[in-house]
Amino acid sequence: MELNFTLNGKPVAAQIAPDTLLIDLVRSLGCASVKRGCDTANCGLCTLFLDDKPVLSCSLLAARVEGRTVTTLEGLQEEAAEFVGFIADQGADQCGFCNPGFVMNTIALLRENPDPTDDEIRAFLAGNLCRCSGYEGQLRGIRAFLDSRKK
Amino acid sequence: MEQKNLKVVGHSYRKKDALQLLLGKPLYVQDLAPAGALVVKLLRSPHPHALVEEVNKTAALKVPGVVGIYTWEDVPKTRFAIAGQTYPEPSPYDRLILDRHIRFSGDPVAIVAAEDEKAANKALKLIKVKYQVLEPVLDYRTAKDNPVLVHPEEDWFPPCQVGGDNKRNLVASETDSHGDVDKVMADCDIVIEHTYHTKAVQQAMMETFRTYTDLDRYGRLHVVSSTQIVFHVRRILSRALGIPKSRIRVEKPRIGGGFGAKQTAVSEVYPAFVTLKTGRPAQIIYTREECQIAGSPRHEMEIRVKLGASKDGKIRALDLYTLSNTGAYGEHGPTTVGLSGHKSIPLYTGSLEAHRFSYDVVYTNLQAAGAYRGYGATQGIFALESAVNELAERLGMDPTRLRDQNMVREGMVMDAYYGETANACALDRCMEHCRQIFDWENRYPVRDLGDGRVRCAGVAMAMQGSCISNLDVGSATVKLGEDGTYNLIIGAADMGTGCDTILAQMVAECMDCSLEEVSVFGADTDVSPYDSGSYASSTTYITGKAVEKACAKLKEELCQMAGEMLDCDPALMVFEGKQVRNTADGRTVSLQDIAYKAQLFSTHSAMATATHTSPVSPPPYMVGMVEIELDKRTGSVKVLDYMAVVDCGIPVNPALARVQTEGGLVQGIGMALTEDVTYNAQGRPIENSFMQYKVPTRLDMGKLRVEFEHSCEPTGPFGAKSIGEIVINTPSPALAHAIYRATGVWHRELPITPEKILMSMPEEE
Amino acid sequence: MPSHHNKGEPLLMMTIQKYVRPASLEEAYTLNQVRANRLVGGMVWMKMSNRAVNTAIDLSGLGLDTIEENDREFRIGAMVTLRQLEQHPGFNAYTRGAAAASVQDIVGVQFRNLATVGGSIFSRFGFSDLLTFFLSLDCRVELYKAGTVSLEEFAKAQPDRDILVRLVVKKIPGRFSYSAMRIARTDFPVLTCAVSRVGDEYRAVIGARPGRAMVVRDEEGLLAGGITPESAAAFGKYAARVVPTGSNSRGSAAYRTRLVSTLTRRGLEQLGRMK
Repeated sequence: MELNFTLNGKPVAAQIAPDTLLIDLVRSLGCASVKRGCDTANCGLCTLFLDDKPVLSCSLLAARVEGRTVTTLEGLQEEAAEFVGFIADQGADQCGFCNPGFVMNTIALLRENPDPTDDEIRAFLAGNLCRCSGYEGQLRGIRAFLDSRKK
Repeated sequence: MEQKNLKVVGHSYRKKDALQLLLGKPLYVQDLAPAGALVVKLLRSPHPHALVEEVNKTAALKVPGVVGIYTWEDVPKTRFAIAGQTYPEPSPYDRLILDRHIRFSGDPVAIVAAEDEKAANKALKLIKVKYQVLEPVLDYRTAKDNPVLVHPEEDWFPPCQVGGDNKRNLVASETDSHGDVDKVMADCDIVIEHTYHTKAVQQAMMETFRTYTDLDRYGRLHVVSSTQIVFHVRRILSRALGIPKSRIRVEKPRIGGGFGAKQTAVSEVYPAFVTLKTGRPAQIIYTREECQIAGSPRHEMEIRVKLGASKDGKIRALDLYTLSNTGAYGEHGPTTVGLSGHKSIPLYTGSLEAHRFSYDVVYTNLQAAGAYRGYGATQGIFALESAVNELAERLGMDPTRLRDQNMVREGMVMDAYYGETANACALDRCMEHCRQIFDWENRYPVRDLGDGRVRCAGVAMAMQGSCISNLDVGSATVKLGEDGTYNLIIGAADMGTGCDTILAQMVAECMDCSLEEVSVFGADTDVSPYDSGSYASSTTYITGKAVEKACAKLKEELCQMAGEMLDCDPALMVFEGKQVRNTADGRTVSLQDIAYKAQLFSTHSAMATATHTSPVSPPPYMVGMVEIELDKRTGSVKVLDYMAVVDCGIPVNPALARVQTEGGLVQGIGMALTEDVTYNAQGRPIENSFMQYKVPTRLDMGKLRVEFEHSCEPTGPFGAKSIGEIVINTPSPALAHAIYRATGVWHRELPITPEKILMSMPEEE
Repeated sequence: MPSHHNKGEPLLMMTIQKYVRPASLEEAYTLNQVRANRLVGGMVWMKMSNRAVNTAIDLSGLGLDTIEENDREFRIGAMVTLRQLEQHPGFNAYTRGAAAASVQDIVGVQFRNLATVGGSIFSRFGFSDLLTFFLSLDCRVELYKAGTVSLEEFAKAQPDRDILVRLVVKKIPGRFSYSAMRIARTDFPVLTCAVSRVGDEYRAVIGARPGRAMVVRDEEGLLAGGITPESAAAFGKYAARVVPTGSNSRGSAAYRTRLVSTLTRRGLEQLGRMK
């Protein structure tokens, strides 16, 4: 079937199968930042925005995004660049495989709540697993970014 | 003792790849695999023990897009091991690419290669297999000398003699002792004897096992894999596929986590076989389920600890017996078990009069185990540290003070650790420091918050190694470019740990330049100097020292060249970072000029390679303390604070050392509390997804605080030891301790779930 | 069924032959009468069911994704996401935050942006936090063909081929609390417990028994004198006596029964503390 949607600001027309998952579609369209870490909607690695809401692209039929707007980290490089350096300063990027999903959901958090508490950060990012960092460095990085904005 | 005035080493820097990773650039196996690569999938047996009688692939081959289906009849008949270890490997050669004899539920029966995933999946469903189902050995406690043999084959081959016997389901067996344990034990006032059980927990790195293969421009097999061990993979593939090593090139791109899982060549052989058969690029991407049921998890172990002490708390004798379950294949079986004793018992060198350590490693019809951060030490330390905490509680002594009087201290000879001397050991300072930042005196007592909720604390110590002594080899090549910057080329594998960066920091320190002036490349068997690979906590310590040596050689070479350029005695030349100077007359030659000279009518190369190995493996040490809130009416445990003080020698990059520690602590917390492995009737793990296998989220780990106590290891680069593995070792015993404090019950099997906690206590009226 | 009941069987993903987004409920209903067809809600559970679907019927074009509030009731469309429920000020004011509490440990924000109220309630999963919570409210279910039934009645019935259109919650003054026991914070619950007083009626709803959530009422008048530490404890014990529990990978029957008592008592005590 044919699908028309907006990907990272550009209109896209794609031929898909009815059971194509969004993650596979966007990867095939060059959005390699979208990773698969599980098959059970548990890890958050495949996070992207559907009409500006963070969702799991491994659990979404591509057919469902007809006429809608999909944004991946490829389309949010500048917004991400504002704060990822603070994560890098902590060394919390580690293996990097969870980073795109984590960065995407952090963008979603900061758009919704520009000045979150530590507990709000933890709660919002609970669906983003990371096996390397132990999470604390990610939190320190976000906190350092927020503090830098207040100066 | 501490090394002062280091400009780059000992300071925190971003990882060199950090922004590329954080911005989601295509850097991993699947991102790089060529378009049009065949999709490789494996048909896995549902039975834990069976013989394949017949594979009917007629219908499956008719699926459009299916390119090939291969079974045991199609593969070479030479047995091999997939453990990433130095040749000759301690792990037995007990595998075939596909074996007619199925040894666990998940063992591959057929390899399917198809144009796309859909076709491959469809073919998997259509392959009809007739099995002769055999009785399995699912209980590792009854595996040794069981009439059912997991590996009855005559061509089972152990390259090293480690006490194994396939006709007894035995992979390895040994006893090692020092002093008369029985006599000292008999003379002890108090003896603690218990058995501890740890499960086959999963590394659960976010990137599952994956590999792509193609033929390079010379028609050689080119393997791009998410691996910690490029050189071992080349050797393993050569044996498994029956082709010369010269026909294989293995490289690793960025790796999405390893933790030891990728110290085993879990996925490489399948696409490699398909590429050789078809001449086409091929890729295999393990699903999370495959990763959980046919990966390379921690060895399940049962450890009996017998601890003898005097009534004033002197630990005099230790007797450990470990029964390790290697599962269906023997990867890392003979070696992981050793650490359960060799890296726990030496912690008590301070008082120990005698010790014994013996073990058996058995085959079962369960998923094969492998290497997971801690590599047996984790299991042993859970057992021993729990027993020591029990001793303290029985004697009514503060468990941190009890350890003060028994622990290994700097300068001591560790009989239980190959007679090595603790040349750099700040364990005593770690304990003192941790006690202070944790506020142990006030948090150790049990505090009642009402309605069954209590707060209390637990403690544990740990050690590990910094390499495999007398064995691991690390190398580094450093070369000068004509702009005066350097390339560092290594065979070690940065799997997110940041070794590319910390090794570059060492180059910058040695060559007196900035970190930006060092570019790193690793790892590729065609390009990199030989390195055993990144495991055994060895990269900083071994490869780091190789970097230091390579830099020293390069400086000598540059002085030589500058001397020739100035037509003077090279012995007069001194390296000064941006230039080389003649100390006699003050004339200088810039690095750029030397580099250009190396390109012009020159027999010198502005490049040096050095290799390092070590006769010792200096242990890092640490202390961990945890405060929990336990609900005695639901059994739930909330981790509030975890504090750790680590002696890794000199942390080369404190920020990265801290994150290593924090990550290890959280993995350890998961192992202690939530990561369970249970089996169905076929011996298949029920925890086959992240829906069932619960790695900690950021809501499950409390707050972490990590500090360092420096020591200076004389054999390490810039005084460094290691950090990668030790950090996973304290949470299990510390949490078991805290849970005892809250409930009065010792839990000796992991994970300690709320149900186990609640049901171990009587119901209140 | 989704793989929370998994006993180690291979996970296989569903396949779909055709995808349709109907323009009307009637069209959706007609399509849904074919056994091989399936309604698509949030998809998060569905994709893990190992089945070959002929036509996937996507309800997302039918305007069922809003929470309407008036003086008397909340009308919650089947396609409202768990995240919408969590963030709805009016609904959380009425339920005293229990709505948010009932969903906030479900996996993560991204998951809750997909999972729908209708999907969760219609499936009547035993582990459903949402079913447990809504059973503590005065809640009716609007079905396309069968009309309106009480949620309690609906919860007892087997899933059929009708379409759940919306939930209607009456704004009867009440007090609500929600708690669940989880081994890890965002895991499936070992036990769920919603306690409420709707009008004059006390309810304890116990789910993840692991069977479907069920309502326990104060048949013995234990709470007739109001909530005291003693009456709360007595009702907790009563609930533990009357709620059947079973065992699965998350917990044994005996453990669950002990949790029933504690969570029910604590829920009541929480109600007692509410102004």
